[in-house]
Amino acid sequence: MRTVLSIGTICIAFVAIWYVGAVFLNAKWERDQAARAGVEIGWAEIVPATMSQERPVLPAPHQVAIEIWKTTVEKRVTSKRSLVYHGWITLSATLLGFVMGVGLGILLAVGIVHNRAMDLSAMPWVISSQTIPILAIAPMIIVVLYNIGISGLIAKASISAYLSFFPVAVGMVKGLRAPDDMQLDLMRTYNASAWQVFWKLRWPSSLPYLFASLKVAIAIALVGAIIGELPTGSQGGFGARMLNGSYYGQVLIIWSALFGAAICAALMVGAIGLAQRAVLGRTGQMR
Amino acid sequence: MHETGAITASSLDLVFQTNDGPVHALSNVDLDVAPGEFVSFIGPSGCGKTTLLRVIADLEQPTGGTISVNGMTPGEARLKRAYGYVFQAAGLYPWRTIEKNVRLPLEVMGYPARERAERVARVLELVGLGDFGRMFPWQLSGGMQQRASIARALAFDADLLLMDEPFGALDEIVRDHMNEQLLALHARTGKTVCFVTHSIPEAVYLSTKIVVMSPRPGRIIDVIESTLPAKRPLDIRESAAFLELASRVREGLRAGHSYDE
Repeated sequence: MRTVLSIGTICIAFVAIWYVGAVFLNAKWERDQAARAGVEIGWAEIVPATMSQERPVLPAPHQVAIEIWKTTVEKRVTSKRSLVYHGWITLSATLLGFVMGVGLGILLAVGIVHNRAMDLSAMPWVISSQTIPILAIAPMIIVVLYNIGISGLIAKASISAYLSFFPVAVGMVKGLRAPDDMQLDLMRTYNASAWQVFWKLRWPSSLPYLFASLKVAIAIALVGAIIGELPTGSQGGFGARMLNGSYYGQVLIIWSALFGAAICAALMVGAIGLAQRAVLGRTGQMR
Repeated sequence: MHETGAITASSLDLVFQTNDGPVHALSNVDLDVAPGEFVSFIGPSGCGKTTLLRVIADLEQPTGGTISVNGMTPGEARLKRAYGYVFQAAGLYPWRTIEKNVRLPLEVMGYPARERAERVARVLELVGLGDFGRMFPWQLSGGMQQRASIARALAFDADLLLMDEPFGALDEIVRDHMNEQLLALHARTGKTVCFVTHSIPEAVYLSTKIVVMSPRPGRIIDVIESTLPAKRPLDIRESAAFLELASRVREGLRAGHSYDE
């Protein structure tokens, strides 16, 4: 009950601030219009007018909500104006990229933990890969991949993978090294093979770290897919929606795509949280 | 059976190279342990008692001297899974139930599934945890966790049990109880036990042979054969024979202790 109350309070405060912001940011346009028409207007006219502009600087919350409703519930999902249609384009690239990135991250971590040469050489590359602004490198990746015959879904997914492998690699290196000397000695007294040490000790020890990394990875995989949609002139996806919105000054389209993306991210992070609870909750490994 | 002892060491040396120079962890250690004996290693911290146990277990390599375990080198003995090792902490895997923790060595060693279940049930019964197999480690007390770790070391029936201060973290009452159970276990199974401790009463109560060690360099300064009978109720600790043994251990510890503080 208390959590519901506190979350509700924060939501209401957020929406209230948003409305106030909308009024102030959109008021200028109303005043300019009035001045041009040679009329005097007061706050009593300005406030309601700022809530229903066609091209507001900052749309009011209910405008965004109505736009989202119109482009989801009231449109067929196959329509190019449906947010669900675009959402699925982005989501499919996100999920594919996430799977690729997680696989790559885990493989890298296993290599770093088990191979001394990789331990000494790989990590600086992994870190420097993330210091390059993805916005700058994404168009290059898309172009390079296009030239070797890869485009569309896979190309976008590879940008998601490029971002999402990083938290997984870093988290899993830590996780696979989580077993202490005593636990490793125990396996040694059993004369366990490296394979057995990995599957029976290192891998299960790393799971709490893996789930923490996955939550970060899925969120940035979505960011990667959206960025991947910006330079291609691609036909669909949240990224294409945002770009179109900004070309044609359709602020509402941008905001509804933004919220669509945020809702998707929240749902995916939530799904990973559920998986985490299912896997780790029972064994008392979740605090 | 071999004519050789369970453990035979002669002029064993181990020097650790550290950043602060060499540390003489074991110096000229001679030791004979016959099959079925219960040997305690006692001494202040830094006397090399844990190191000696780890050498027997092939977790450390000696830098000099010879040692054999069941007539083999420690390395061969480890590869043949000749011993079970109980660490200071229970070290159970939190993601496995008690049952599955005890099953771990059996899985690693490739026992068939049917035999695994039988052995797990038998050793859990042996340590009095028959009803707790389905629970997770965090649901058990520290003493029960340590008993589970003993069951884990017993599961594959090695002749030799190496225990490194297994009850060090337990309170006095639980410890007494565990000591009693360990004695009963030793009587029932006839295994050779090497037991590291820093408690004089524990060493005297449990052992057929007490090895008193001293630090800097780690060495053996006295080996005491116990005069106590095989059957030892807890109140034997008030008997004259017990107190005499305890005072001899204490003297040995005092003589070997360098009071350089």
